[in-house]
Amino acid sequence: MSDDIRGLTQRLAEEPSSLAFLELGEALRRRGQLEAAGKVVRGGLNRYPGLADAHDLMGRILGDQGDLAGAFDAWADALRLDPMRTGALKGIAFLYFRAGDVEAALEHLQRAAEADPDDPSIPLAIERVRRDARHAGRDGLATAAEPSMPEPSMPEPLVPEPLLAAPEPAPTDSPFAGVGDEERGLLLVDANGQRLGGRLNAPDGHDAGDRVAAHLAGLTREAARATRLLGLGSWHSIAIESPDGHLFLSAPTAETLLLALREPTLPMARLGLLAERAGRAARGWLERVR
Amino acid sequence: MTPVQATLDRITRIPGVRGALIASTSDGLVVAEQLMDGIDGRAAAALTGSLVSRLARTAEGAGVRPPVFLHLRGEDGSILAAPGIQELVLVAVVGPDANLGLARLEMLDAAGQLG
Repeated sequence: MSDDIRGLTQRLAEEPSSLAFLELGEALRRRGQLEAAGKVVRGGLNRYPGLADAHDLMGRILGDQGDLAGAFDAWADALRLDPMRTGALKGIAFLYFRAGDVEAALEHLQRAAEADPDDPSIPLAIERVRRDARHAGRDGLATAAEPSMPEPSMPEPLVPEPLLAAPEPAPTDSPFAGVGDEERGLLLVDANGQRLGGRLNAPDGHDAGDRVAAHLAGLTREAARATRLLGLGSWHSIAIESPDGHLFLSAPTAETLLLALREPTLPMARLGLLAERAGRAARGWLERVR
Repeated sequence: MTPVQATLDRITRIPGVRGALIASTSDGLVVAEQLMDGIDGRAAAALTGSLVSRLARTAEGAGVRPPVFLHLRGEDGSILAAPGIQELVLVAVVGPDANLGLARLEMLDAAGQLG
C-alpha cells in the first residue's frame, strides 16, 4: 500500500464522516484498484447521498470497470444534484458518443462548455466528435446505429478526462499546468504558510505569492473549527469579494490550500469552477512530486 | 424594535437563514444576535471575527482592498459575513438550501448601514 493511500485510509478511519473518501477513492481508482475504490465511494455515498462529487467519482470508477450503464446512472445522479458539473457532462457525452449518438454527445459537451468556458479540453472534444461524425457520414455509416469512432482509438482507461483532455502536457514544475491562465493568479501553499507553487500577481503586477502564503498559515484549521463548532460539517471553500478582485480558497488536500485570484468582473461561481479544476491539477501534481 | 434588531430580523427572514449576528472584529464579541437554538453566538462571533480579520490581511497582501463579503461554505451550510464600518461585521449562519443570492444582497445592503 502506498503512503498516500495508507495516510488517506488512516484519516478516513479516524474521521469516518470526513470527505477523505473522495481522495481515497480517486487514489485507488488511479492505481487501478477499482473494486476497493468502488467500495470506499459507496460507503461515502451512504453517508453523503447528496454529494455530486461522490456520484461523479462513482461514474468514473464504474466506467473504468466497463459498467457503462452504471456509469451513466452515476453521472446522471451527479447532474441531478449539480446540473453544471462538467465532469459528469463530459462522462455522459463520452457514453453517448460511444453509443453513436453524436447529437446527444454534442449537446452535453455544449453544456459543459457553457459551465466551464475556461476548460480548453471541451472545445477540443467538440471538434473531435464533429470530425469523427463527418468521417462517419462520408463512409456512409448511420451514426445513430453504430459508433462513429473506431474501437481501437477508444480511450483507456474509460474515463472522460483522457478522451476529452488536450494532449498530456510535458512534466512541469507548475501545479497548475494545463489549467489555463495559470500565471494570472493561482497559488498553492502548505499548512505552514509556504508557497508550494503558482503565482499571485497583485494588481500592480508584482508577485505577492509569498506574502499571501504566510497569511494563509493555519487558515485550514481555523475554517474547519468554525464550520464544525457551528454544526456545518467540514469546510469546503471560502469565497472572498473585494472591490478590486475575487478570491477563492479551497483545500485540494488536507495539508494544502489553493488560492485563486481574478478580477471582480469574473462571477464568483465561475471562479469556483476554475479553482475546482486547479485543485484537481494540484492533487495530481502533488502525487507526482511526492 | 431598534435599527440593529430590525437589521437582524431582515436577514433571518430569508429562507434557510438559521441566525444572524453583529460582531466586533477587533475583539470577536457579540454586539447583537438573533439565532436559532443550538447556535453558539459567542463562538460564531469569535471565529468569524478572527477569520474576517485574517482574510482582510490576506486580501491586503494580495494588493486588493478589504473584503466586502465572505462566504465560508461547509458540507451542511455556510457562514456569510459582510464587514461594515467601525470594525463591525454582519454574520449569518445558513443551511445548505438557503437562498444565498438574496442573503448576500440583503447583507451587503445592511452592512452599509452598520455603525
